[in-house]
Amino acid sequence: MKILVCINNVSDTTTKIKFVDNKSFDSAGVQWIINPWDELALTRVIEIKEVQPSAIESITVINVGLADAEATIRKALAIGADNGIRINYEAKDSYSVAFQLAEYIKKENYDIILCGIESSDYNGANVGGMLSEFLNLPSLSSVSYLDVKDGKVMLKREIDGGQESISIQTPFVGIVQKGIANEPKIPSMRGIMTARTKQLQILEAAPSEIFTEFMEFELPKPKAACRKIDPENVRELVQLLHNEAKVI
Amino acid sequence: MSVLVYTENWDGKFKKLSFELVSYAKEVANKLNTSVTALSIGNVDESELNKLCNYGANKIVTINNSKLYVVDNQAYTSVIAEVAVKENANVLVLAHNNTGKAIAPRLSVRLKAGLVTAVVASPLSTEPFVVTKKVFTSKAFAKVTVKTPVKILTLMQNAFGICDSSEAFVTEQFEPTINDVKTEVVEVSKVSGKILLTDAEIVVSGGRGMKGPENWGFIEELASLLGAGTACSRPVSDEHWRTHEEHVGQTGKIIAPTLYIACGISGAIQHLGGISSSKIIVAINKDADAPIFEAADYGIVGDVMKILPEMIAAVKELKGI
Repeated sequence: MKILVCINNVSDTTTKIKFVDNKSFDSAGVQWIINPWDELALTRVIEIKEVQPSAIESITVINVGLADAEATIRKALAIGADNGIRINYEAKDSYSVAFQLAEYIKKENYDIILCGIESSDYNGANVGGMLSEFLNLPSLSSVSYLDVKDGKVMLKREIDGGQESISIQTPFVGIVQKGIANEPKIPSMRGIMTARTKQLQILEAAPSEIFTEFMEFELPKPKAACRKIDPENVRELVQLLHNEAKVI
Repeated sequence: MSVLVYTENWDGKFKKLSFELVSYAKEVANKLNTSVTALSIGNVDESELNKLCNYGANKIVTINNSKLYVVDNQAYTSVIAEVAVKENANVLVLAHNNTGKAIAPRLSVRLKAGLVTAVVASPLSTEPFVVTKKVFTSKAFAKVTVKTPVKILTLMQNAFGICDSSEAFVTEQFEPTINDVKTEVVEVSKVSGKILLTDAEIVVSGGRGMKGPENWGFIEELASLLGAGTACSRPVSDEHWRTHEEHVGQTGKIIAPTLYIACGISGAIQHLGGISSSKIIVAINKDADAPIFEAADYGIVGDVMKILPEMIAAVKELKGI
């Protein structure tokens, strides 16, 4: 099976969010990482390949972005992806990103295409679903379990209050959430060294449309100070929640 | 023109979220001077369907076809797109939940309609069409312009609220074109009798300060007394003290209950992202400098193991148990 994992380059999840004139994200001093859900998807397929090397022919990672995303792609290669691709396009909205991915994937024959359920920056939760529609492929969202046995793919997706086990024909697009893998892999020194020799292909972008535009950003309003209650008088807290906040 | 709202049902019943979606659709329709069509897919009886009109639906389109009992993203996309075209919808509203996240992006491509997800408020303007969405897991908000004639929005739960607006309405049964359904569900496992975290009005949540899974009895007892859901921080689910379904935070569930009680949770920035839309936050933590107190409305600095039993007793007293 040939597997493609779409990875986004995002600011570290501990980043203190700031904007330049409320118009664009202030990336000064920001650490860049693989989007957490994309990283979980990648981790899971690497785990499967480690256990069943014959089941998986290759794991490719793909990013739509500019040259500054390459450190993140190299990290994915260091973790264990076999090769990387970057489509040279400055992401403007999810629609155009999904379009770029689809234009590439159409020409290839991947069996499983995985995306994280959302990106931790703009929280779109768009690209996986849009991509599958561009490709006219089945998609499964909220995937929290993935395994391959005897050439068959087994999945679970989260539903409200539980999970559905699903059997699906390849090719398909899997949109992955938490639960699919436990800990993201940490690249080993050997992994980092080999990553330098792995192929990172750069593709030119296709002309694409843009449907949405970010106009302005704002930070949440600061909260009023926390009202501290004497630990010797827990009853007061319950009374306040009942009489003042009126929430219990 | 119309605003089409997809109202999902759970075993034939709507919930608060469904009424919130219709209320939001009504708000958008008022701004556009048009009407609301609600789409229901599945086996929902008439009295349940009629509830949608208390929040502003002018028309209800119902589809009850056994091929759609399992959510197949392609089939649902086709069906909703067909209804959107039939109803001449220029705005589609879905929930920002499992189903909405699965279907809305496909609809965006199918209908060539700009999509804004995780919307938190009524449109700021309709010409141009600008809405506010959360970004950076509620650490910021963004104003986004949709440039296409047809727009799709997914609404965050508990962001807009419910508005009563009784309308005269018509109901229409519709038979859509359904192609082969490719999603085959082999098995369903569901926890019954538990309050869904995303639906819970009150959530009691535990962190590493709870010391170990054996101490969760306190969390569960308090939750049960308050009719609350239970949640946990990421270290707790990573340590397998609780299942990952309970993890709230940036990579887990994003929730917006009326009351969130954080027990022994320090409040890492990723955790706060998942809970910051809660109306009231209560923090119990022994470290007075823990960041959770910056997000909290009420706080007690103290040992959660000592505070929780006292809190349970005080709630019992309040409820006369």
